[in-house]
Amino acid sequence: MSQLSTRHLLGIKNLTEEDVNLILDTAENFKEVINRPIKKVPSLRDITIANIFFENSTRTRLSFELAEKRLSADVVNFSSSNSSVKKGETLVDTVNNILSMKVDMVVMRHSSPGAPHFLSKNISANIVNAGDGTHEHPTQALLDAFSMREKLGDLQGKKIAIIGDILHSRVALSNIFCLQKLGAEVMVCGPITLLPKHIESLGVKVELDVRKALAWCDVANVLRIQLERQQIKYFPSLREYSLYYGINKKMLQQLDKEIVVMHPGPINRGVELSSDVADSKQAIILQQVENGVAVRMAVLYLLAGVRS
Amino acid sequence: MQKRLVLNQQQIQIILKRFCHQLIENHDNFENTVLLGLQPRGIVLLDRIVKELEIVSGEKVPAGYLDATFHRDDFRRRDFPLKANETKINFLVEGKKVILVDDVLYKGRSVRAAMDAMIAFGRPQKVELMVLVDRKLTRDYPIMPDYFGIRVNTLDSQYVVVEWASQGQPEDAVWITEKEKK
Repeated sequence: MSQLSTRHLLGIKNLTEEDVNLILDTAENFKEVINRPIKKVPSLRDITIANIFFENSTRTRLSFELAEKRLSADVVNFSSSNSSVKKGETLVDTVNNILSMKVDMVVMRHSSPGAPHFLSKNISANIVNAGDGTHEHPTQALLDAFSMREKLGDLQGKKIAIIGDILHSRVALSNIFCLQKLGAEVMVCGPITLLPKHIESLGVKVELDVRKALAWCDVANVLRIQLERQQIKYFPSLREYSLYYGINKKMLQQLDKEIVVMHPGPINRGVELSSDVADSKQAIILQQVENGVAVRMAVLYLLAGVRS
Repeated sequence: MQKRLVLNQQQIQIILKRFCHQLIENHDNFENTVLLGLQPRGIVLLDRIVKELEIVSGEKVPAGYLDATFHRDDFRRRDFPLKANETKINFLVEGKKVILVDDVLYKGRSVRAAMDAMIAFGRPQKVELMVLVDRKLTRDYPIMPDYFGIRVNTLDSQYVVVEWASQGQPEDAVWITEKEKK
């Protein structure tokens, strides 16, 4: 099959294993495209996409915009900081106003979990969730899985540890759903205060000691401490967090195998990762960014490709 | 279902040999020539021609696979998008003579898309088209092959099926079949 089971990408949870594999396979084709001398294909030339960002973003927004442009789509950008949202306009009104200008797809980031789901019930355009609060960030999980697959091959039975602020991370949740669909074993690791209650009910292993997590895994996907989402103190200080959970070169050298280190960015150097790890050959952080464009091209292409 | 054999294994082998000699005649020692097989079905013919050329002329001609899925003109006009195939081209076509290779020339739309896709790898000096079967009455675009194995008169209600022994078929063959009525 070359068709997704959905017309929106709201999260990984509702995708099938076939959907995930179709997106990753298509992304391989697009990775070849973006490494050509001319990196553009005409597929989406009659499509207009609105990037609506109610929350800050550097990588995701640039990556989506590049993906859209490489597919020849017309792109309009919107950020809430200089818009009528500040004047009290509702989400549906804002988006409907944008759609009345003949926009076919909406890429949205919002601080409220479920915002794109709500929108999908109220508007006709295809919606791609570019991160909704602490809920899901599906394209990040897909590009992480793509990068792992590129490095390790089939992910069936591979061991992936997600380390850091699991509680506030939408990347963690989407990663768990995505990796499990591909047959990988997933472990979450972090201070007990930053692990959601009942997280083990998702079928993941839980570990509090980062050294044990590193010894267990093939890939360590390290997450940032999301201070901006933390209303209360979950640990005494960043320095203490870094002492217990920061990953440095020495820790990796003590392992009996070479693991792959990933990070969705932005990195807080010296907190979750030391610079010598972030810049080492084991880290594929910049490959993740490159793959992000290919994966987003695949998502947009597959969603837009259904007969209009 | 009606099924008519148009080319058998022996005839296909003769055609492949003829293709090689025609190419040698027109491209000499292949110094500035590359072959591009069109995905998905043109690549089997391409592989056969590359192999045969090596036997006949001793030259290993640079060859690649070109996928034109993202350049097709029927995107969003189908129920769902076509699955893309691998593009594998380890050279630029800038200033080269390019021979596009496909199994069947039908409407000419795939070849148009392929030429569009090819331009991403440079501006070729010249482009030629080689097909095993030329369906001459069904063209939508003004595209003609420079080399063809057989030219057949077919209707839109028919399929031309190319079978290859290397893909698990009993032997190389080309058939014309009737499409099943919906």
